Amino acid sequence: MRMNPVIEAVNLSIEYRLGSEWVNALRDVTLAIHPLEIHGLVGESGSGKSTLALALMRYMAGNARISGGSILFDGEDITHATPEAMRPLWGRKMALVPQDPLASLNPAYTIGEQIGEITRQHAGLSRRDSLARAVEMLRRVKIADPETVVKRYPHQLSGGMQQRAVIAMALSTQPRLLVLDEPTTALDVTTEAVILDLVRELVREEQAAALWVTHDLGVVAQVCERMTVLYGGEVMASGDVRSVFARQVHPYTISLLASLPRAVHGIETRLPTIEGVAPSLAERPRACVFADRCPVVLDMCREHKPPLEATGDGRIVRCYRWHEIADGTLTLQTQPLEAATSAPPHDNHVLEAEHVYRFFGEAGMLDRALGRERKPVRAVDDVSISIRERSTLGLVGESGSGKTTLARVIVGLETADDGALQLLDVPLSKHLGRRSLEQMRNLQMVFQNPNDALNPYMTIGETLARTIRRLSAEPLDEAAVNARVSALLQAVRLTDEYAYRYPTELSGGEKQRVAIARAFAANPALVVADEPTSSLDVSVQSVILNLLKDLRAQQGASYLFISHDLKVIAYLADWILVMYLGEVVEQGTVEQVYAGPSHPYTEALISAIPEPDPTAVGSHIRLEGDVPSARNIPTGCRFHTRCPRKLGAICETEAPPWRDAGEEHFIRCHIPVDELKILQQSVPEGLSR
Amino acid sequence: MTTLDKSTAAPRMTASERGQFSLRTIFQGLTGRPMPLVGTLIVTFFIALALFGPQIAPFRFDEIIRGAARQPPSSTYWFGTDHLGRDVFSRVVWGAREIITIPLITTFLCVTLGATIGMFIGYVGGWVDEIVARLLDSLLAIPALVLAMVMLGTIGPSVAGIIIVIVLLYTPIVARVVRSATLNLRAAGYIEAAKLRGENIAYILFREILPGVLPALAVEAALRFSYAIFLTASLGFLGLGVQPPSPDWGRMVNEARSTFSLTPWALWFPAAAIGLLIIGVNLLSDGLRRVFRREGQLV
Repeated sequence: MRMNPVIEAVNLSIEYRLGSEWVNALRDVTLAIHPLEIHGLVGESGSGKSTLALALMRYMAGNARISGGSILFDGEDITHATPEAMRPLWGRKMALVPQDPLASLNPAYTIGEQIGEITRQHAGLSRRDSLARAVEMLRRVKIADPETVVKRYPHQLSGGMQQRAVIAMALSTQPRLLVLDEPTTALDVTTEAVILDLVRELVREEQAAALWVTHDLGVVAQVCERMTVLYGGEVMASGDVRSVFARQVHPYTISLLASLPRAVHGIETRLPTIEGVAPSLAERPRACVFADRCPVVLDMCREHKPPLEATGDGRIVRCYRWHEIADGTLTLQTQPLEAATSAPPHDNHVLEAEHVYRFFGEAGMLDRALGRERKPVRAVDDVSISIRERSTLGLVGESGSGKTTLARVIVGLETADDGALQLLDVPLSKHLGRRSLEQMRNLQMVFQNPNDALNPYMTIGETLARTIRRLSAEPLDEAAVNARVSALLQAVRLTDEYAYRYPTELSGGEKQRVAIARAFAANPALVVADEPTSSLDVSVQSVILNLLKDLRAQQGASYLFISHDLKVIAYLADWILVMYLGEVVEQGTVEQVYAGPSHPYTEALISAIPEPDPTAVGSHIRLEGDVPSARNIPTGCRFHTRCPRKLGAICETEAPPWRDAGEEHFIRCHIPVDELKILQQSVPEGLSR
Repeated sequence: MTTLDKSTAAPRMTASERGQFSLRTIFQGLTGRPMPLVGTLIVTFFIALALFGPQIAPFRFDEIIRGAARQPPSSTYWFGTDHLGRDVFSRVVWGAREIITIPLITTFLCVTLGATIGMFIGYVGGWVDEIVARLLDSLLAIPALVLAMVMLGTIGPSVAGIIIVIVLLYTPIVARVVRSATLNLRAAGYIEAAKLRGENIAYILFREILPGVLPALAVEAALRFSYAIFLTASLGFLGLGVQPPSPDWGRMVNEARSTFSLTPWALWFPAAAIGLLIIGVNLLSDGLRRVFRREGQLV
């Protein structure tokens, strides 16, 4: 028998006041979440998913109003409930886990006091009982040694621990509804995997209902039972996760899934992309909101809004053409397209770095004078890499692994403490100031955050022109510079008209394209890209990745591509370097690293990736604990504190040797390669790899 | 895939929509709301006095009107006359020149010096920043008026002396504000991109960083201007300001103090002028702050 939904939105519409106008943020959203169910709410930025999640809790911005429809909580209409009426529900019956745990914890109180406050407030527990309850809750979210953790302050915990503490806080009153607003977006994949398991388990135990807001289809596939896809403030498709993924009928869902990066071995591919950008609040089309970007748009889609229709198997979809898609008469491009193969990677090295060290916070003069000992943060600790011409080296690792520091050392934004660098077989100074113009031209960087990559007070044209002039070998005249600006804009598929725009007039993806154009201003030999797509939406990410691939083929550049996302690396890179706590633990080609045998850390990273396929049964290797501090690096193998394949004492005392897995594939582990191969092929705990 | 050009996402915006400030948007911001408008009007009024004072004033500032000492305000002597028989209104009007120009010059110098120092140490960082920033902090620890009295007492009061003292006192404050604004920008991608194309430090400071700290600097400049007026008047009151017979509002207040029971108006009007000017400048700087904050700038 089906239980009544815990929360239900019926034809809910929400408006925001912008200036003197009311604009629609959500239109006719219908959604119901039953007990024991985790409902995934997927959408790109600006789709209204956070607005909806918070509105369901009757928690809205000051300039928002409900303009239609209703919200039912446990069958009770709370559409027009006052904040006073909601207060007994908030924190007690419905709880929120926000995206940034540190921002939602008060830095002035201990974890125990904060979790305890909820139960003191809502369950009337005494101080002592509430603290005992806090310890119990921390134990439930699998925090080791909860008795000490309750006495800690938020900043003393790692990001993953903070998020677990917030989840413990949210669950401490046994709420009926748990709203999780991108709770794992800021976390590493390994931590994310642990949190996913945890929430799934807790929701089941507590018989609660949960709404999981995310932009990551992989997370939805792994953790949710039902899902709703939002676009432009409207429901595009909704239903059981398995059937939505298995039988996609909405062009948006299909295109979104198709644009996820994945590696196809052996051939060079391009990802299918969604054209254009999501419309802003005020400019949403009146008819179908997706019409402007839809690959199979009809005239009627621009004139009338398609209704939400039930497909008969419990799903609903908003599209005129879903019948055609469902019965196969209409198909969309979902497979990666074969791309022009770039020349095979040369054997010459564009960059070589040997025994590079970069430590931070070493004992200063004052410390030495006072006899204080301070261990430095060993951000990059004896790393050697080489990048071949016309190839891409992917650098992977969790936050704190030293991958960004290594990249900055190479481009010269950080100065290496020791080590030797060579660019195109010429020694490269560790100091940026001592590098020649030629070397600067050959070594450029694309930064992580597109929003501060461009000077807001200069037009795109000015930014590009300045870079062209600076890096050009001989003085250029105005016309030559302008021609180059326009060529660069064209290379990143922007029109000339963009030269006259300011960065604030561009979307995030467009800004990143300009930043890429700037890096390519003077035909660089090596472009270092530090997570260039991590702050972009999925549909924009595929455009940028394709662009990077095209430019590599056209310009013959090499990339050092940093990402925490192994899928992106697998799509773009030829070689992979895995870093852990300032050290390289594995290196090899993409195929070698993926196929295994691989370092236990790499193995865990790969298995932690949430697959965008609810039927996929991945191996479930979960790393316990957090990355140790780079100030106090574990002895022996640095990974031994978390390694699921730890051998024993040898791992704690002796640094592991490099083991040759053949054809330039190296693994730094005490376990011999052959044994690793057997271990990783065997079936751990009844699950297949 | 070449059809990507279609993605003309954002429409063209005007300067103010982009979050940039132009003289026009600042003017609109200052005149569009009642309080900043009042401030702007007051400041404009005093600037007009400073420019055209001699033409407006019925008497010369040092003219002793025979037989008209200690006159209360009347239609001839709007603000009355002081114990020597000088027209208070004329003296206030003439005095506007010094009380406006000295702070203007000092503010200009403070802002130029302070911004350069602040951007430099904020950008360079490391031990340079450590030493200079601590040095600036220690300068700030000394009470302004005490330092000013000691220094002017030593070098002797003069217009140049006042300017030097105020610049010394206020440059560290401006530098500190600019330094912290610079710290927010120094790690930005566009600054690092400039380093990677080998730009020199002057270009990075004045072309890449300066526009970003300008909003904070403009507000600070307005604030420094009002404090400089305050300090100039205070020094005048203490007898360390502009020397007689030049009319100085602070000095006028001090001189009128001894004869307050006989000629209270000789104290009221210069004091009111000081107060009104400072209120005006503060309302204006508040309006500036609002303009920049509304436009999404860090202030």
